[in-house]
Amino acid sequence: MKVVINGKNTELAEPITVAELLSRHELHPSRVAVEINREILPKKSYQSVQVNSGDQIEIVTFVGGG
Amino acid sequence: MKSSPLLAEADSSPVPTKTAMSVDPLKIGSQLIHSRLIVGTGKYSSLELMRDCHMASGAEVVTVAVRRERLMDKNSGRNILDFIDPNKYVLLPNTAGCFDADEVVRVARLGREMLTDSGYRGANWVKLECLGDTKTLLPDPVGTLKALDTLVADGFEVLVYCSDDVMLCRQLKKAGAAAVMPAGSPIGSGQGVLNANAIKIIVEILKGEDVTYPIILDAGVGTASDVAAAMELGIDGVLLNTAVAGAKDPVSMAHAMRLATEAGLRAFRAGRIPRKLYATASSPWEGRVNG
Repeated sequence: MKVVINGKNTELAEPITVAELLSRHELHPSRVAVEINREILPKKSYQSVQVNSGDQIEIVTFVGGG
Repeated sequence: MKSSPLLAEADSSPVPTKTAMSVDPLKIGSQLIHSRLIVGTGKYSSLELMRDCHMASGAEVVTVAVRRERLMDKNSGRNILDFIDPNKYVLLPNTAGCFDADEVVRVARLGREMLTDSGYRGANWVKLECLGDTKTLLPDPVGTLKALDTLVADGFEVLVYCSDDVMLCRQLKKAGAAAVMPAGSPIGSGQGVLNANAIKIIVEILKGEDVTYPIILDAGVGTASDVAAAMELGIDGVLLNTAVAGAKDPVSMAHAMRLATEAGLRAFRAGRIPRKLYATASSPWEGRVNG
């Protein structure tokens, strides 16, 4: 299953939830925001929403800035 | 010169805590802020140094940027928020790096989503930054105003980085900006306030309509005297990043910025003497021994 995560083509072996995707990258839900196909996914949906083939996913966090 | 006991005491004292700032709080949107200095989190050589600078600056509001997570390697486990105490600081997410209104709105919403249930105050705050190009990093006034309309309608309290144009600032205020933040000079340039008269007129006009309306100088300051001079124009606060993060001794510069912010505010309120071309003696003319 092909998805795009943060602009990078990614192959996922099996369907997973957003929570599982974050966990795979050792990312804590409280430290990120997730967009799927340009729609923000509320944190409470991370456990229930699955990543679908062709999804464009953005995972962002805060970094230093002025 | 022998230092007085007072000076010696001041020199040996540790970096002051924010509670030492004894000016009245500033209201921006729904938040009450107890320091007039807002600092950034960018360009620090370490997160520990950033944290120490925040402490030394006495700032209560710190800006952060929204960026993609790096997924290439395993996450280091160190997130910038681990170095910003939610009990001490208000986070102000910016939309830095956005060049049109749609990008601004997208990034602002991502920042808000990250702040939701995060434990930090002011989840509806955003620093609107809509830039014109990468060389000047000057704000695009048309995109800025357009993005502001959308963000205000979406429930954000928007602190708007903008050019030092008097009429633009008035339009932004009218459109519902929680604060206007005119640039002193280009971002990171260290040139200080290039057009003090424009800032003075912005203060006069916007505060003429509402004396409590917050005006923050954002960008361009290079050192403490720039901050004091800016505050002496009657603005409410200063936002800076590079001047501290890029200093040889960032913690010491953060401390200097804190003192300069308070000094400038007090000097403005105290009311300076007018500039005159010729001298006026401080000592009495009458009663001179040789007179």
